[in-house]
Amino acid sequence: MKKRISILLAVLLVAATLLSACGGGGGASKDSKGDGANALAVCIGPDPETIDPALNSAVDGASMIIHGFETLVTIGKDGEIVPGQAESYTTSDDGLVWTFKLREDLKWSDGTPLTAEDFVYSWKRGVDPATAAPYAELFNVIKGYEEAAEGNLDALGVKAVDDTTFEVTLAQASPYFIQLAAFPTYSPVKKETIEENGETWATKPETYIGNGAFNVTEWVPGEYILLEKNPNYWNADTVKLDSIKFVLMEDPNAVLSAYEKGDILCAKDVPAQEIPKLREREDWHLDDLLGTYYISFMTQKAPFDNPKVRKALSLAIDREHIANVVMQGTYGPASNFVGHGLLDADGKTHFVDNSPEFIDITKHDENLEEAKNLLAEAGYPNGEGLETLEYLTNDASYHRPVAEALQQMWGELGIKLEINVVEWSVFTPTRRNGDYQIARNGWICDYNDPSSMLDLLASTNGNNDGQYSNPEFDEQMEIARTSSDQNVRFEAMHKAEQIAMDDAAIAPVAYYKDFYLLSDKVEGFFHLPLGYFNFINASVK
Amino acid sequence: MGKYILKRIAMGLTTIFIVITLTFFLMNLIPGGPFMAEKAISAQAQAAMNEKYGLDKPLPVQYKNYLVNLTKGDLGVSVKQRGRDINGIITSKFPVSARLGGASILMALIVGIPLGSIAAINRGKLADNIIIVIATFGIAVPSFVLCTLLMYIFGVKLNLFPTYGLGSLKHYVLPVFALAFYPTAYIARLMRSSMLDVLGQDYIRTAKAKGLSTFVLLFKHALRNAILPVVTYLGPLLAYTLTGSFVVEKIFTIPGLGSEFIGSISGRDYPLIMGTTIFLATLIVTMNVLVDIAYKLIDPRIKLQ
Repeated sequence: MKKRISILLAVLLVAATLLSACGGGGGASKDSKGDGANALAVCIGPDPETIDPALNSAVDGASMIIHGFETLVTIGKDGEIVPGQAESYTTSDDGLVWTFKLREDLKWSDGTPLTAEDFVYSWKRGVDPATAAPYAELFNVIKGYEEAAEGNLDALGVKAVDDTTFEVTLAQASPYFIQLAAFPTYSPVKKETIEENGETWATKPETYIGNGAFNVTEWVPGEYILLEKNPNYWNADTVKLDSIKFVLMEDPNAVLSAYEKGDILCAKDVPAQEIPKLREREDWHLDDLLGTYYISFMTQKAPFDNPKVRKALSLAIDREHIANVVMQGTYGPASNFVGHGLLDADGKTHFVDNSPEFIDITKHDENLEEAKNLLAEAGYPNGEGLETLEYLTNDASYHRPVAEALQQMWGELGIKLEINVVEWSVFTPTRRNGDYQIARNGWICDYNDPSSMLDLLASTNGNNDGQYSNPEFDEQMEIARTSSDQNVRFEAMHKAEQIAMDDAAIAPVAYYKDFYLLSDKVEGFFHLPLGYFNFINASVK
Repeated sequence: MGKYILKRIAMGLTTIFIVITLTFFLMNLIPGGPFMAEKAISAQAQAAMNEKYGLDKPLPVQYKNYLVNLTKGDLGVSVKQRGRDINGIITSKFPVSARLGGASILMALIVGIPLGSIAAINRGKLADNIIIVIATFGIAVPSFVLCTLLMYIFGVKLNLFPTYGLGSLKHYVLPVFALAFYPTAYIARLMRSSMLDVLGQDYIRTAKAKGLSTFVLLFKHALRNAILPVVTYLGPLLAYTLTGSFVVEKIFTIPGLGSEFIGSISGRDYPLIMGTTIFLATLIVTMNVLVDIAYKLIDPRIKLQ
């Protein structure tokens, strides 16, 4: 009898030991590296889906990629364009041909030379349908994009004149191309490692070869990515850190705990309930993001085919209350569609500062009166005649509380609102198909040009969820797209925004901001309004 | 017995096949797809991605292709974590979860069985009451509360243990405790009630009359019979615990398999949904067969029919 029990226990023990043993090569590993004096550990997001520059479409992925790869030009602290792999560039008089002069002796992190041919290969790879890159369309300003996206890669207007001269021909003179050239999707990638390893090249440190200030030496999916200084980087002398560890935490409480313990020196994504307390602290940072939280109305169906109804709802929103109270001050109240951070024609002033304030957010009571009048003019005095409206949203961040606040605010117009909360994977296709009346929406720009925001309302745009269509608006955006004169372009975009806001094509609610905790031990860090966290020249005190 | 086991294995394989088929068609029925993002990707890119992953083909064809690859042991590639294949994800992440889960099950058994037995012999007394309170607490407290509490007290305030990762033995303490708490409580309760049952039986009274010590009585005579419900519970417990806990892994930033289950579904990563489901189903079926065999070993009176 006793023997039997011993056998059973022995079997259990053996099983447990075996299970432990088979984990030898597995995920968890020692924290041997990345803990030295010049080491920095931060948490700016969970495990990225990919860190292949061509395949990435996420902001946290981009933040990691800029440390491992450098584009032709990069974006500096104040949004200015800074030479990167290219030391200079020139444009032809018609603005179509851009010639980049690469630095001499550029190298990959494995020490092999990097030439203009590498850029030709990488950009073609980004467009190649076989690569199946979600952001392939970002290359559509380049001549021959359409043909290349069908598979004829040689049609793409990129050329290596010699080892250090890279020439790009655009389809139209698009001055904002220089912004795109700094986008991580435009990074060079090494042909040999990709052809040898396929897509797995970007999952293993041995094959993940870059050209940036750091290179990945360890990646434990779901735990951390460790990057160490790349001695082959042309500007390695200015890099002070020996290593950066991106800790891949998913739980906001865990992020805050690790920050409070000093395990990480920068923490993004802290628990919402802690924000009121954290906001008071010195190490709390709130930075502009190029993006707007807004509401889409399905403009092709009644009652939202009537601009007056849309405008009434938009005016009835108390934006200060939503941004400062409901969203705990982590957003800014939005009066316009194009928000802070997007620069105007001069490259210095902000587009929004040169636009009229379309909605005076400080005068909520007057706005509400006007809203009531507009609704009456539209034939629905006090909301009479309107059926219960439906608001579509997913349940993340502040979406549900915002919906509830809107329910109450629109209630003052006599409108009954039903909130329909659906799962993320259901939400986006439903909104895209226009199977809704009102839906929450939001956009963060990929490059610093107001067209990246305003294009959302062009009739042919795939992200025009409200299916807003106004030929006058389209006409202005066409000017902005085709003109090479920045003044003409920006004037057209100002007009376009005016048209869209007069039509209440959408209702802007709040401007996005990035909020994070950053220890005062970290110096030389900057955050870009594109949402990138840049630690390239950072150091730890 | 051999024939019986073969039959159980055949049944298990059928079950797994049904699970595969149901999961495959059900997951394709839920709305949405893997390439949904706030920003629409162009129709061209969408088409290129669908073609790359074979999602452009009709469902029955996809199903057939999947089964063909499965017979070769190939679970396919992830559509979301580009460049990673499902076999690789499971083989790198399962051991992490299994080590953590194995340690916590061991802890649950080592602590839970004696606790339940002690409660039973002290029925109604102080020790029993204390154990019942602890066990009830263990079952009622949700794991995310427990994890956060443990992390806050022992990780941040007392700074005794690290709060993320699995670098050293110290890293295991908090997550293992968090994972083991519920099964320990559950086992203690199971053990207590079945022990009470057994203690009331004639052969125990005889043993008592013979003047055996409480220790021998409990662990030699009563335990064998009282442990059966725990063994039944152990099968599914092993399967679920070894494959990882979403909550514990998320909070302690542990690169285990648990988060892949949930992540794959919300991200509509079809091959990963299939891979993790098949893996879990196989494990459960295997564990159940093993439990049946263990029954026979523990209690020869049980007929395996």
